[in-house]
Amino acid sequence: MTISWDQYSSADGFDELITPGGRARPGAGKIVQYLRGLSDEELRERRDAAELAMRVMGITFTVYSEEGEGGIDRVWPFDIIPRFISAREWSRTDDGLKQRVKALNMFIADIYDEQRIIKDGVFPEEVLKQSVNFREQCMGIKPAHDVWAHICGSDLVRDKSGTMYVLEDNLRVPSGVSYMLENRLVMKRVFPELFEDRNILPVDDYSTQLFDMLTSLSPRPSAYSTIVVLTPGIYNSAYFEHSYLAQQMGVELVSGTDLFVGDDDCVYMRTINGRERVDVIYRRVDDLFIDPEVFLEESRLGVPGLMRAWREGNVAIANAPGAGVADDKVVYAYVPDMIRYYLDQEPILENVPTYLCMDKKQREYVLANLENMVVKPANESGGYGMMVGPAASKKTHKEFAALIKRNPRNYIAQPTLSLSTVPTLCDGNVQPRHVDLRPFILSGESQHVTRGGLTRVALKKGSLVVNSSQGGGSKDTWVVDSGGK
Amino acid sequence: MLLSSVAERVYWFARYVERIENTARMILVNNILLLDLPGKSTLGWEPLVSITGVPEKFHEIHKDVNERNVVSFLVMDAGNPSCILNSIQYARENLRTSRAIFPRSIWETLNDLHNYARENKSATLTRRNRYEFLSHVIDSCHLISGKLSASMSHDQIYEFIRMGRNIERADMTSRVIDVRADNLLPKHDDELKPFDDIQWKSVLESLAAYQMYRRYVHVRVRGGEVLRYLLQDSHFPRAINHCLGQIERCLRNLPLNEAPQYALVKAQRMVRNAKVDKIVNDNLNQFINKLQLAFIDINAELTSTYFEGKEVSAALYYGEPGIRSTA
Repeated sequence: MTISWDQYSSADGFDELITPGGRARPGAGKIVQYLRGLSDEELRERRDAAELAMRVMGITFTVYSEEGEGGIDRVWPFDIIPRFISAREWSRTDDGLKQRVKALNMFIADIYDEQRIIKDGVFPEEVLKQSVNFREQCMGIKPAHDVWAHICGSDLVRDKSGTMYVLEDNLRVPSGVSYMLENRLVMKRVFPELFEDRNILPVDDYSTQLFDMLTSLSPRPSAYSTIVVLTPGIYNSAYFEHSYLAQQMGVELVSGTDLFVGDDDCVYMRTINGRERVDVIYRRVDDLFIDPEVFLEESRLGVPGLMRAWREGNVAIANAPGAGVADDKVVYAYVPDMIRYYLDQEPILENVPTYLCMDKKQREYVLANLENMVVKPANESGGYGMMVGPAASKKTHKEFAALIKRNPRNYIAQPTLSLSTVPTLCDGNVQPRHVDLRPFILSGESQHVTRGGLTRVALKKGSLVVNSSQGGGSKDTWVVDSGGK
Repeated sequence: MLLSSVAERVYWFARYVERIENTARMILVNNILLLDLPGKSTLGWEPLVSITGVPEKFHEIHKDVNERNVVSFLVMDAGNPSCILNSIQYARENLRTSRAIFPRSIWETLNDLHNYARENKSATLTRRNRYEFLSHVIDSCHLISGKLSASMSHDQIYEFIRMGRNIERADMTSRVIDVRADNLLPKHDDELKPFDDIQWKSVLESLAAYQMYRRYVHVRVRGGEVLRYLLQDSHFPRAINHCLGQIERCLRNLPLNEAPQYALVKAQRMVRNAKVDKIVNDNLNQFINKLQLAFIDINAELTSTYFEGKEVSAALYYGEPGIRSTA
């Protein structure tokens, strides 16, 4: 009993691999044909091989448990059927992402400087005033190349019509890139035959690109610069990624206690040889925890004096503290305007239509249509605190209506998109499951976008929530160049 | 380049692995020893509690000093910071945070041991199953040491492993001498009673030293000779002189070694110049106390030179889960 592709249909959305007529999308013929040729037994073998590879490679994420035993490492569910994107489509997306992140960086730089965009009436001052991620301690600081968000993870989704939208931009400490890299390694082990034609664009230069970008931020460009990855520690759910990236770049993985700021306002790490100067910190610790002298006093994850060293230009921090001001779902709604304002261009990638609850008219519309809306808090990530209207109960609708009325600035709403699907192995058969895509955009002296990104998949039937903490898995993402422009 | 915090974790990882092994062997040997002693022997399990150095913690948990309570204290009582289960937990946490440095299979072995000990700990409460459990624990520690030796670069990191192992060994040997000998020391060497013989033998056994002693010392087991062997022999791995010599060699390969070396030489002189015959009859406790202070000194110098005076592995517990990631 091989997979019955004839019965495969993605009734409620755009499928990334198979057309509504049951044929492979242009360029994807080879892989669909290949998968079709595998028996159940073979398919199961491949899946087991992938799972084993994940375990052996130690690809895990941490689920925190209350038992005092610390976190538990889990293997993140991985589906062996890849997600497919044509190189032609990707090239446009690549341009769109660069344009978007460029505008976002100009916005952040402007906000911490003259705030021209507010004075010119393009961005409302009250949004900024109520932003939880605005850090007034960053006013007047000028990071290298005027870049604040050096690593951005933007989430892309596709709706029924096949249009690709940007759902959100993660500018604080976006994670997931290690899974993108490891997924590819696993696929190469499991399906070596498919990589033989060499049309699948490689992704494994990411750590080199990241290293080069971080180097370009160094305050001592002439010297050999010392780069470190700053982690909150082993109980962080992304600890695996922190240690993975440090290893891949060949730099040290440090905790706050490994670093200190000297009398000269430079950052040093403690080594058995004494102190060693640090030039660039790729921090995976949230803003509020990085410097107890400036932010949360009780934080033990950070480095006292770090902000001082940064302000003096003695160390570079990626992402810059305060960059999260643009990582806010209300600010998100203004990104198309930012692109027009700063770059004088039309946005290449569209935003998902977004209703701001702070606006009376839009709020009324949202409240009247809650059952069709996805409501999100402005500053949460990881899929927490949101409501998917069609799937929620009447009671939940009521609760959210109350929440919105109490704090309208904190909520936005979007129409429920029927996310695109990709065939996924479930219970021995292939079924459509919803996916999103998180490419990573690096910005330093120059910009770089990953080829594809991390495809996250909601493994539960009909579910739209792809977060690892909530029953999501991942897939390898193939940007395939099938020739022609 | 070696981060201080990594050096510290590696050092403590090695200490804990050594501690696990030593504790397990101590129980095992006592177990066998008691079978040889007459039923009414005053010597029972009490000395083992003293060896841990925290007898007050024992009395917080248990009322009676009996076999079951002592074994429970040494193997699994959460209130004993050095019990086997706690030591495994600490070793594991230190390894977890520096996993990238170690060959993967070391993590697997320690993890297996962790699971095994948690699942089977109650086996130690009966004499029948105790042997199997403790042997497995000891073997696992040897497996880890073997893997470290055979598959890890013998670089600066490895020096910290060796230092951790040897300071822990030296410390344990001194404790065993202290507590055991206290009960054993004959006022006059010629008054050897038959059971004392057995007990001196058990001192050697608990340090896995009996066979080597017989090969190298060529005299019957006697207090003074046993002491001399365990203090001053330069070849036996658990003899204090040997342990200190190992640390000396490690320090030679490390930077900024002046202060730790100074502390080390002080301890080495104390051991090498000890007049064993006199100490045996006179002031053994005092001598051991001084020696242990010297070990504390070495540890303190290593800490302030290389780890910068932080609390033991404190860095491990900084990573609280307050921060959510978006993955």
